Amino acid sequence: MSRAIGIIVVALSLLACAVQLQATRERLFPPSAGDADAMYLRSAETLRRLSGAYTVLAADGYWIRALQYYGGTKQRLQAQTWVPEPPPMLAVPTSDDFSLLYPMLDLATSLDPRFTIAYRFGAVFLAEAYPRGAGRPDLAVALLEKGVRAQPDKWEYMEDIGFVHYWYVHNYRAAAGWFQKAGEVPGAPWWLRSLAATTLAQGGDRQSSRVMWEAIRQSAAIDWLRQDAERRLLQLKALDDIDNLQQGVDAFVRTAGHPPADWLTLVRARMVAGIPLDPTRQPYELTAQGRVRLAASSPLAPLPEEPRQIGAPEAPPH
Amino acid sequence: MRAVVAIAVNVFRESVRDKVLYNLVLFAVVMIGASYLIGQLTAGQDVKIIKDLGLAAISVFGLFIAVFIGIGLVSKEVDRRSIYSLLAKPIHRPQFVLGKYCGLTLTLAVNVAVMAAALYAVLFYMSWGVSATTAQSWDAPALDPALLEAVALIFVELMLVTAIALFFSTFSTPMLSAAFTFGLFIVGHFSSDLRNFQDAVDSPAAARVARGLYWVLPNLAQFDIKADVVHGQPVPVGYMAVTVGYAACYIAMLLVISMFVFARRDFK
Repeated sequence: MSRAIGIIVVALSLLACAVQLQATRERLFPPSAGDADAMYLRSAETLRRLSGAYTVLAADGYWIRALQYYGGTKQRLQAQTWVPEPPPMLAVPTSDDFSLLYPMLDLATSLDPRFTIAYRFGAVFLAEAYPRGAGRPDLAVALLEKGVRAQPDKWEYMEDIGFVHYWYVHNYRAAAGWFQKAGEVPGAPWWLRSLAATTLAQGGDRQSSRVMWEAIRQSAAIDWLRQDAERRLLQLKALDDIDNLQQGVDAFVRTAGHPPADWLTLVRARMVAGIPLDPTRQPYELTAQGRVRLAASSPLAPLPEEPRQIGAPEAPPH
Repeated sequence: MRAVVAIAVNVFRESVRDKVLYNLVLFAVVMIGASYLIGQLTAGQDVKIIKDLGLAAISVFGLFIAVFIGIGLVSKEVDRRSIYSLLAKPIHRPQFVLGKYCGLTLTLAVNVAVMAAALYAVLFYMSWGVSATTAQSWDAPALDPALLEAVALIFVELMLVTAIALFFSTFSTPMLSAAFTFGLFIVGHFSSDLRNFQDAVDSPAAARVARGLYWVLPNLAQFDIKADVVHGQPVPVGYMAVTVGYAACYIAMLLVISMFVFARRDFK
């Protein structure tokens, strides 16, 4: 008995030594971040053959890898102070920080062509503005179109393609076309057809954006997507607030002939009830030029480049 | 019949003594560990991935049991020389082969049943307290009874693999039997490539040979309905019936050949 305990103690000591040495090695020679992100196999056909009867499990593995890769890259980028602000249009060329995201999602959906969540969330990850996402709405559309080819009756993919065109690319004709296609699929919600008509006639408008984000919020199966949709809805609310406040400020400028010095000036002039707060209870900022904007420290900052009505003038930066 | 039952029960007892059922503990650990980890990793797809993982684990664990016990069913008796005392009793050699096969099938049935129950338990735990919105986003309910269709076909496939292993073990060494059985398992899952071979080669003769192999070799791909079931796609009863019928014919054929080979084998 005592001999067995001795052996266990020796074994545990040796394991502790091995763990300590590994920790020392990692401290002295840290593994490079690129090592973990390597993708050795990119051919879905090869992977399908290697995984045999377990292709859907392999698809799960690539989906988990894509999530880890996306989350890890996003965290790393947000931790860097030099990260640029999101570009005004996400279709502009972006960094290759998320370069493996599409290949991973492509593999996951090739191994399991009915992997709904990989198409829908994957498209969000790809379309989101850099550095929150890859800033590649073109790849998001490609991924979703692949989903439509695999499941032609899946109106959700068509709705998502329309949404990418609407929100990220601001291509309203394409967006309206996809909303219309989605609306024609049996079982699709009724409002898709009216959304198609509105988008085609007017281009972007805040109410349509609100309808889409609300639909995403209600159907979101995971907290992350629901919270993102809630944040987008709050941003739209902030945009409404800013428009209303700007009208008040403009009225003051017309009357006084100069911009107000601060919010208190407007409060004293009874043009606002108090210092206006955004939906996260942060005060809005008033610039010396009389422009209302979101505080940089607000959790809602930066506000999105909002889809605009056809023919509407360029919106000032918020 | 009594002899077959006695041998089958003995094989089951022996597998229990050999601690084969320990794999159930491993399965439970894998599933519980996975359910915790996957919940953190998969962005709302935990139930789908647990189903994929559970069905794959049932298949893999069952495959290892079928192959590694199947190849030793006959050879162990020969190596231990217990075959002499067995055959000295009023047991026909075909009864011996059939009894061994039924015993391993019983072991597999118990394993698969317990693993399926454990999978349902984990799925129940995962779906407990989940919001209606989240549940609506799943392709199929967490405790979908259709999962049993996939489990049933996995079991039938394992029965076929067991028959293959037993067939090889009647005339070959355990190492070779394992290699042949795994080889056939892999080929059996790529049989569609053999069917479409003419698209890849110019030689009509090679295409004909491949086509012949496609019909002769066991087609195991048809037992794989895991993806359909997990995505909530209905599997027609007719498909299940024809697939099970195919397996029954193939297993019967292998057992007949195994009995024939074993009956002619000289143990001197």
